[in-house]
Amino acid sequence: MLSDLLNYLQYPFVRYALIVGVLIALSSSLLGVTLVLKRFSFIGDGLSHVAFGAIAIASVMNLSNNMIIVLPVTVICAIILLAAGRRARVKGDAAIAMISVSALALGYLIMNIFSTSANLAGDVCSTLFGSTRMITLSTSEVVLCIVVSLVVVALFVVFYNRIFAVTFDENFARTAGTNAGLYNVIIAVIIATIIVLAMNLVGSLLISALVIFPALSAMRVYKSFRQVTVCAAVLSVCCTLAGMLISIPAGTPVGPTIVAADILMYAVFVVAGKLTESRS
Amino acid sequence: MSGEIILTCKDLTLGYENITLAEGVSFTVSEGEYWCITGENGTGKTTLMKTILGLTKPLAGNVEWNGTAAGTGIGYLPQQTDVQRDFPASVYEVVLSGCQGRLGMRPFYNRSDRDLALLNMKRMGIDDISKRCYRELSGGQQQRALLARALCATGKVLVLDEPVAALDPKATEEMYELITSLNKEDGITIIMVTHDPEAPSRYATHELRFGQEVTTHVI
Repeated sequence: MLSDLLNYLQYPFVRYALIVGVLIALSSSLLGVTLVLKRFSFIGDGLSHVAFGAIAIASVMNLSNNMIIVLPVTVICAIILLAAGRRARVKGDAAIAMISVSALALGYLIMNIFSTSANLAGDVCSTLFGSTRMITLSTSEVVLCIVVSLVVVALFVVFYNRIFAVTFDENFARTAGTNAGLYNVIIAVIIATIIVLAMNLVGSLLISALVIFPALSAMRVYKSFRQVTVCAAVLSVCCTLAGMLISIPAGTPVGPTIVAADILMYAVFVVAGKLTESRS
Repeated sequence: MSGEIILTCKDLTLGYENITLAEGVSFTVSEGEYWCITGENGTGKTTLMKTILGLTKPLAGNVEWNGTAAGTGIGYLPQQTDVQRDFPASVYEVVLSGCQGRLGMRPFYNRSDRDLALLNMKRMGIDDISKRCYRELSGGQQQRALLARALCATGKVLVLDEPVAALDPKATEEMYELITSLNKEDGITIIMVTHDPEAPSRYATHELRFGQEVTTHVI
């Protein structure tokens, strides 16, 4: 099995897939805590369905690079949900559910009516579950992915203190002169970008797992925001690497294997959390 | 003992959308005073406080801060929110976030911000639990942490929203003593929304009472 693995690593596309996987895992774990606490755990799911709908439109329009449509559409929906959410008529989870199912249904409808592909069900399935997309990444996609995820990580680091302040207590942040509205928009843009990126890795159905599982696991054991954030990032990278390294030789689908690793680690952290609590 | 005027509210009409809660609210707060805002629920206490803080706009009238523009230099002690009950944050992180108004364009806190956070934790007697998780503290300790955070944001005026609402009698007494000492010894102006009918006569210098009419009393 190990020699198999080393064999696979000789191929550049496998190495690309691993690099992209690690970077996506890193960036997707960063905002997990914020989203869980703002009761937006399902935003990953909702936005990824929006992205799915946008991909359907892009593929029908025969665009060579569907990012041109997918990213802006997803970013706009994220801003509507996160930044305008507090004043909206339809709140939080209901708004996410509404946008999510609408985009999913319309996306599939559009693909069904206009698509010229012979294997429609296969296309849809790979968009939803990620499947083999990772191994067919072109060099330009890999470069784009690396650049975007590094930008996301940089933005998160630069705005770390503000993101903490706005998540912990938005009203206090406003009275202290922090432009909370602006930072809510920044959080929305970051999360939308992450989701569009992560669709390549685990597909649109499993993105929520990538976003929230590392944060939830870390919150079981660690007590400070910084510890939780660092632990979630490390955990996410490890689970993703493990999932990919298992799935390639074992021939299992990449996305679900990664999520299975995340679930397993969550269980481990629950037990670890119980142990440290009873000891102290 | 009153110093210069720091807050002037003129002819405020408070409310939201189509509902008017109170009209013609006018008062001025001077340095070193201790104000209690009292009244039944739903009469506009909290709306007034949010208006003073610049979180909501008044339907009419205006709020003027002297020396400190609204939005900077005010220490706000809000009520606990649901988010905070599960939030993984250390006491130190919470207190340090009170320095966010001092950041300006800087992305990170510097030495003087960290020193200020430490100083205010000492003032509130919580420096020994700075590494503890905020959500695991007692109600009184949580309020001290939030008060230390508010003090990082201001040296002049504290706006407190029912600071003793969730506390047991002993912690309530300690909290009141703490607030009084900040007022008396450090000369910090206090504006406090409270349900406690005894608080104004025991601690305050002025009372703003919401009822059929809004009245101000000097105590």
